[in-house]
Amino acid sequence: MRARLTFLLSGMTLTLMQLAFAQDGTLSLPKIVEAGNGFSIRSTGSGKATLYVIGPGQVLKQDVQLGELTSFPAGSLYNAGHYLVVLAGANSTESGSFDVIPASKPADLSFLAKPSRLPVGMHNAITGVAYVFDAYHNLITTPTPVSFELSSPSGAVEKHIVVSRDGAASTAMDSTAQQGVDKFVARIDQVSSVRVVGQVPGDPCGLKMTVRPSGQQLQLVTDPVRDCNGNSVPDGTIVTFTETYNGAQSTVDEPLKHGIAEAEMPSHDGATFSVASGVVLGNQIRWAK
Amino acid sequence: MSKGHLLAALLAVATVVLVAIGTLWPAPSAEAYAGAKSMLGSSSTAEKAVANLGDEIRAQAWQKAYASLANKAQFTEPEFVHDLTGYYPSLLTYSTLDKFEIRPLHASANEEEIELKLHWATVVGSSVSTRDLHVIRNGDRWEAEWPIAKEPIVPPQVIPVNYLRWDVIYGRAGSDWGTQDVEAPHVRIVDMHPVERAEGLVILGELLNEDVVPAYVSVSATLLSKNQTPIGTEGSFDKISHLLLPKQVTPFLIKFPNVSLSDVGSIRMTPESALIAASADPVIEVANEQLHPAPGATMTGELVNQSGQIVNVAHVLGTFYDKSGQVVWVADQYIDTALLPQIPVPFEIHIPEDLARSVSSQRTVIATYSSGGS
Repeated sequence: MRARLTFLLSGMTLTLMQLAFAQDGTLSLPKIVEAGNGFSIRSTGSGKATLYVIGPGQVLKQDVQLGELTSFPAGSLYNAGHYLVVLAGANSTESGSFDVIPASKPADLSFLAKPSRLPVGMHNAITGVAYVFDAYHNLITTPTPVSFELSSPSGAVEKHIVVSRDGAASTAMDSTAQQGVDKFVARIDQVSSVRVVGQVPGDPCGLKMTVRPSGQQLQLVTDPVRDCNGNSVPDGTIVTFTETYNGAQSTVDEPLKHGIAEAEMPSHDGATFSVASGVVLGNQIRWAK
Repeated sequence: MSKGHLLAALLAVATVVLVAIGTLWPAPSAEAYAGAKSMLGSSSTAEKAVANLGDEIRAQAWQKAYASLANKAQFTEPEFVHDLTGYYPSLLTYSTLDKFEIRPLHASANEEEIELKLHWATVVGSSVSTRDLHVIRNGDRWEAEWPIAKEPIVPPQVIPVNYLRWDVIYGRAGSDWGTQDVEAPHVRIVDMHPVERAEGLVILGELLNEDVVPAYVSVSATLLSKNQTPIGTEGSFDKISHLLLPKQVTPFLIKFPNVSLSDVGSIRMTPESALIAASADPVIEVANEQLHPAPGATMTGELVNQSGQIVNVAHVLGTFYDKSGQVVWVADQYIDTALLPQIPVPFEIHIPEDLARSVSSQRTVIATYSSGGS
């Protein structure tokens, strides 16, 4: 009697389960899908249902036949993130989830290089940060070696290889001693991004002027103005000439032209002339006829 | 009728009555401004004659002012007007006479010397000019002789101008993130010094453009109390030369009225810079600069425009240092006449009496504005 009852209950349960599967199904999902790759979702049961795949900025909807494999072609899902899958049948709803991860192959680099202009000879003053993206602009968070190259017009190249962390790789480099436009490149395999860094002369160094008569006036002329690395200070840089005589002072701010600055000032016997540029002082001359 | 309607009706009636009174019995000054008749008194004394002249200049009644002069045969009316308002566009061109003061200097039976101090209201504040008038008796009237300063003549010449000019092209607004744009100029505060004054706290300092491109600069300061809460933020406004060429230094002065230094825990300075299209021209020489000690401490000198371009407005900023080279004061003056090529124009900057004794040296920066150019 007891065995009969057990057999009857088991049979009823199996029948009910079959009935349930005949109406709605369960989902078999991939755990991880690489962005842009095709994937399949298997459901069990029989009948028709609607499958929803809901993720960041993207929703897929597809009518499915339960018990069959539902395939999504390559490129269906391209935004990395966590996706919710809902199978809505006539009587019940099943759900699950999976993750879309960035494609493994880098396809794009966002390269932030600062500054775009700086004086020569500065230590660790050029910084570069590269963010690694796949073809769908997903940040690739797996560690990836990024090569940074700073090349100067003289041909000298400074190279750092940095492994990205959480999608970003950064470096700091020295500006060279020679002025000019440097090329700053971040590269992963065939993917690269180029920035330019202008290296400009530093403060004038050894600022020196000479004084000579010019008619009733005196002509003050600087030697070619260079920084401490020998680079010519650019034209337009202000050079201040000052004449002090008998308690009175005359000043004139002259821009460099063709590498030198010149000014005409009154000729006074015993006058003192000085020259400066920014916070840099040059030589001083006492004029005696 | 509601109270509101009653009030409106009363106001309308009162307005009509006041307009009628003003029309039938106008004030003398209103009549004068309307051109009906002069509000001036007779020129029976030298002071009255000069006061009348001052009133006519204030009313810009140039014809009447010119007609009242004793020496009008020596110059034309346009020359007289240009002598007052400038031969070339300048601060005075767009100003009006706010008030004037008269001070007798020397008097005799038929002649008198009178100082006429003219306070012009310009776009950058008050500008004061002084003329010493020789006033002579002509019958029962007194007439002033105008000390005309004739138009300075610039000798014919060719001045080659080959200074640098910088232009700026910025990146497009829709550029990708991370794409480079032109770098803002690098500027640095090279000196900063708070000074407690009767009117409040003043922050003085100097700003250097250490870059190789011109910069439009400004400086602001935030005062923080001892518990680091902000007291206030102020900017340098016009007490700075906003355009700095490469390696140029400007002083700045920031005022915090009614703030005491003892209330301040710290000061946060914010120098700001932006790229600006600029020219290295014109070059202005500061000649014969001299410090005059107290009392009446001043710094005087002359500006000489070395370029061929007329400078319409010049702003003289003086930085005063003590023996150790620390900034003790910053003062300025706008030049109200245009700077013509090679024609010296004097300037005079006043220094506070209490600080003048500690001033050991000075440096002058000139900011210029030319119509039709930067």
